[in-house]
Amino acid sequence: MSQPVAPATGSGRIRTPLPFPTAAKPAVADPQLRANLHRATRTIRAKRARVVDEVPDWEALRDAGSAIKADVQRRLPELLEQFEASVTAAGATVHWARDAAEACRIVVALTRAAGADEVVKVKSMATQEIELNEALEAAGIAAYETDLAELIVQLGEDTPSHILVPAIHYNRAQIREIFQRRMPDVPADLSDEPAALAEAARAHLRRRFLSARVAVSGANFAVADTGTLVVVESEGNGRMCLTLPETLISVVGVEKLLPTFTDLEVFLQLLPRSSTGERMNPYTSMWTGVTPGDGPQDVHVVLVDNGRSAVLADPVGRPALSCIRCSACLNVCPVYERAGGHAYGSVYPGPIGAILSPQLTGVADNASLPYASTLCGACYDVCPVKINIPEILVHLRQQAPHPPAERAAMGVLSWVMRSPRRWAAALRLARAGAGPLGAYRMRRTGARTLRRLPWPGSAWTRSRDLPLPGPQTFREWWGKQ
Amino acid sequence: MVGEAVSARDEILARLRTALADSPPPVQVPRRYRRVDDRPDLIATLVDRLEDYRAVVHHGIDALPRLLSEVDRLAVPADLPADWLTGYAGQVHRDAPALSPAVLDDLDAVLTGCAVAIADTGTIILDAGPTQGRRALTLVPDRHICVVRADQVVGLLPEALTRLNPRAPQTWISGPSATSDIELNRVEGVHGPRRLEVVLVGSGA
Repeated sequence: MSQPVAPATGSGRIRTPLPFPTAAKPAVADPQLRANLHRATRTIRAKRARVVDEVPDWEALRDAGSAIKADVQRRLPELLEQFEASVTAAGATVHWARDAAEACRIVVALTRAAGADEVVKVKSMATQEIELNEALEAAGIAAYETDLAELIVQLGEDTPSHILVPAIHYNRAQIREIFQRRMPDVPADLSDEPAALAEAARAHLRRRFLSARVAVSGANFAVADTGTLVVVESEGNGRMCLTLPETLISVVGVEKLLPTFTDLEVFLQLLPRSSTGERMNPYTSMWTGVTPGDGPQDVHVVLVDNGRSAVLADPVGRPALSCIRCSACLNVCPVYERAGGHAYGSVYPGPIGAILSPQLTGVADNASLPYASTLCGACYDVCPVKINIPEILVHLRQQAPHPPAERAAMGVLSWVMRSPRRWAAALRLARAGAGPLGAYRMRRTGARTLRRLPWPGSAWTRSRDLPLPGPQTFREWWGKQ
Repeated sequence: MVGEAVSARDEILARLRTALADSPPPVQVPRRYRRVDDRPDLIATLVDRLEDYRAVVHHGIDALPRLLSEVDRLAVPADLPADWLTGYAGQVHRDAPALSPAVLDDLDAVLTGCAVAIADTGTIILDAGPTQGRRALTLVPDRHICVVRADQVVGLLPEALTRLNPRAPQTWISGPSATSDIELNRVEGVHGPRRLEVVLVGSGA
């Protein structure tokens, strides 16, 4: 028997280059961006609430979804082997990738083997995560994003800022401007009506769809017992890519498995209502390997680890692998609504990103993300698979490296708080110290808080106010009654 | 393992097994959600949902000739029932042998049946079975006319899954092609058929 193989962290676009507060600063100061995000998240919150409220068994569906995913995680190795056997028997070829670079190498090699120098792409978080477009470009292969929002982001030479709507940070006028600048065939009098912009995208991509030889997709679900892959979409760009080319390469994270085809009855109800706030998304495609005479005849599946084994190894953080990428947690998050997606650095923004990215990379590499939250719990309430995001955030904060000054301060505080006598004395001392200052500030501004402390307290007040101690404690007041 | 190249497959599976060293307990999946619909009028619900997506609904097979009279060039699957085309005077392009994407792009509409329809979500499902043809046929033409029989309508999504062949390629259609990518407002008409017309036939339709 060989040595056990340790789970490994991942690579790709899942690391914050800057600490979250630094990265969020320009976004928070940008009124246009905040207006765009506010309008979009408010719209989607209302749509979701309406279609979720009309489902009488919503909580039962969430319970089932959560349990199915927990079962998948527990049986992941055997289910992967079962999926591999099913989809291989159906005529597809399965490839395995330890990390982002290996996944990219496989897709490049398959594209070259098909004799193509361009691919059409269905929107996919996994390919964004592994930075596939950059790898294809470096290999001389042009990658064309076909989802409208991905197209906007690609033409704008930007990066996605939302899981479902990567261009959520743009309004219609900004999108028209990008189209006019980057689409050679766009009408000169293009209006900024969404219908006109959608029409421009249709015209722009039509010929490419009809002539494409290789498509690259992700998958929302991979069914172990049948070998079926599922892609959920709206525009029909997914259907085009999944149907017309001769070669189809799907990049799928290992956590995307479902045990049985019947399990789709839960997830195909949870996902659209949580995601776009519709009863059902316009198009869902399912394919099982190769169907002679119908769709791609050269079908590949690339199963990607890239840090997922490291997430699986933490029993508390493991449920992050249940995520079905609906983005409901982004849309309700007060931090996301103000900071936007780019501040999270990773392709996975918002509350789910704050727990997933640090686990994929190891917490030390994304140490600021578990703090990008107020722990209000709204994300947990809307999560269709009931991931307890606040609990995992707190768990990851405990793992994050803390600066020596903070550790020392917390050590002193814990010594003080262990004894009621020491605690009462400390409060008296704090009140005596803050008294004149508080009275001054009260007189000047009427506030019972301090905006700025000198170093090292400045680390606290940079992003928060410091409440001043009250004139008496509850115990003192109680003693007098 | 020393000196021996381990395949990515074996290494990933070994990593995952190590990650599960805590042996999580077995999971019982609670399936307390509805699996059968008890609503009395499923057809009315289906029509309501379809119209909410801005699909156009017609009642009775007699609606078909009038609908088709607007269509000059029509794509159909090889096994389309002959009586669906009764009185049709336009060009019929049968998908046998398979029509190329460029030819399909040039046609005005496609006429098919379906496998099953879900009233609760307004979803029509094609699984390449009888009267449906292959996937490209219902994708490239800009207008899809789909005949749904009353006995193909189920209430809830779980009921639909039991009627499908999992290994057949499936397309689930809920209204015409649409996007919500601009300011999260839904607009119809992107890459898939921009017009979806549903003809409900059979008792109760």
